[in-house]
Amino acid sequence: MGRTLAAAIGLASIAAATVASAEPPAGAASCSGCHPASTRVTSPVPRLAGRDQAAIVRAMQDFRSGQRAATVMDRIAKGFTDEEVQAIAAWYATQQ
Amino acid sequence: MKASRREFLKLGVAASTALLPLPARAQGAAPRVVVVGGGFAGASCARALRQADGRIAVTLVEANATFTACPFSNAVIGGLRELSAQQFTYDRVAADGIAVARAIATAVDPPARSVTLADGAHLPYDRLVLAPGIDIRWGALPGYDEPAAGQMPHAWRAGEQTLLLRRQLEAMDDGGLVVISAPANPFRCPPGPYERASLIAHYLKTKKPKSKLLVLDAKDAFSKQRLFQAAWAELYPGLLEWVPLSKGGAVTSVDAATRTLTTDFGRHQAKVANVIPPQKAGRIAEVAGVADGTGWCPIDPVTFESKLQPRIHVIGDAAIAGAMPKSAFAANSQAKTCGAAVALLLAGGAPSSPKLINTCYSLVAPDYGISVAGVYQPSASGQLAEVPGSGGVSPSGAPRATRAAEALLAEAWFRTITDETFG
Repeated sequence: MGRTLAAAIGLASIAAATVASAEPPAGAASCSGCHPASTRVTSPVPRLAGRDQAAIVRAMQDFRSGQRAATVMDRIAKGFTDEEVQAIAAWYATQQ
Repeated sequence: MKASRREFLKLGVAASTALLPLPARAQGAAPRVVVVGGGFAGASCARALRQADGRIAVTLVEANATFTACPFSNAVIGGLRELSAQQFTYDRVAADGIAVARAIATAVDPPARSVTLADGAHLPYDRLVLAPGIDIRWGALPGYDEPAAGQMPHAWRAGEQTLLLRRQLEAMDDGGLVVISAPANPFRCPPGPYERASLIAHYLKTKKPKSKLLVLDAKDAFSKQRLFQAAWAELYPGLLEWVPLSKGGAVTSVDAATRTLTTDFGRHQAKVANVIPPQKAGRIAEVAGVADGTGWCPIDPVTFESKLQPRIHVIGDAAIAGAMPKSAFAANSQAKTCGAAVALLLAGGAPSSPKLINTCYSLVAPDYGISVAGVYQPSASGQLAEVPGSGGVSPSGAPRATRAAEALLAEAWFRTITDETFG
């Protein structure tokens, strides 16, 4: 019984981690409603996948502070903490 | 990298406390998720599930071969766009390995975890996602039943109704009275009635300038109100009149045969009448037992799991999503959040608190766009609440260049979100 349980726990951890490796951090999934995931789409809004992490972080900070002109990104950037922005930027930097 | 290692450890611990779904997974059986409804919520969620975990067998149940998008359908009514630009097939969704069942879901058996289709077939599920959009509350506005919609179109589900309203406007003589009846909250697309009023006013100003447009409203306030009203004063003075609840705007009954709308303050006989009626979650939500007395569906804000039925998730317009509006962007954002959460739950994990976004544009004229944006997270009271200090609408008094830029961004928004959902 104990061994079965331990094995099950091991499997659970592996299964969850497999899914988690692809899971975007809080907020990241929403960006692609405007920032095209696909290169097929023509848009003045830039793709985020594969962009430099530091550049995304800087852009979000500048939108939030008002240093960079924006239409909606000033209002959206204010909804995210520095830590959240770092995680989102890190995730997009690794996407293709 | 550090973050992902932390995530790994956290999930490992969380998973060890949730062992129940495991035996099936350990034996290698693919988990089954059925998604009912192929709009911005359902189609996005089906794709998000496959992206999160390619082992999940996803079936998308949708009655129509073609989806007709509501966003930008007001431009079709105003003669600025063709309906074909609103239409998408499910070919690319199916190409992602999603089984697309062109069928009507007629029943759900939560204890048996099974969806029944109109032809009697049963689809078993481990988790069910309901994304049925809205249904009209026929009869909630006295006189407004299904036959009445053939005379006074609602055009609140895009398609033939959209074209009917456009044809009626085209057939109207110059100098006619057009009336829009806007419902009380909540309803699909909060700024939608006012964008529609704007684009119908644009059509009238351009083609039939002696005409008049009256908006009879069951509310005293609406989405992006100051921006709309400032633009109306600038673009459509004397043509468009908005009558709020407090000035007798609430329509209490309609007569389809004479196109008459009655309020507490009087009667309006229209040449063209667009009745945007009271709404509720799509029918399957009620059948499945996930809709409450309001007609909408209470959900957990982390997983979008129904508060009334376990293992059934509700996303999009049908859900009670707290401060999030019933919009296509909100539906798409919820779909991706819910898809990731469902994949994690099936793998024995525990989803962490999400953040969601809404971004929604309205056209006041072809080259005049305005927007609202918001960021949302689960609150202590278990609702999706706006993150304090975030969100809001386009600035008042912005130059026309800003409005023109937002009109272009609105079109880009449509191309992007429809590509992600259907492309």
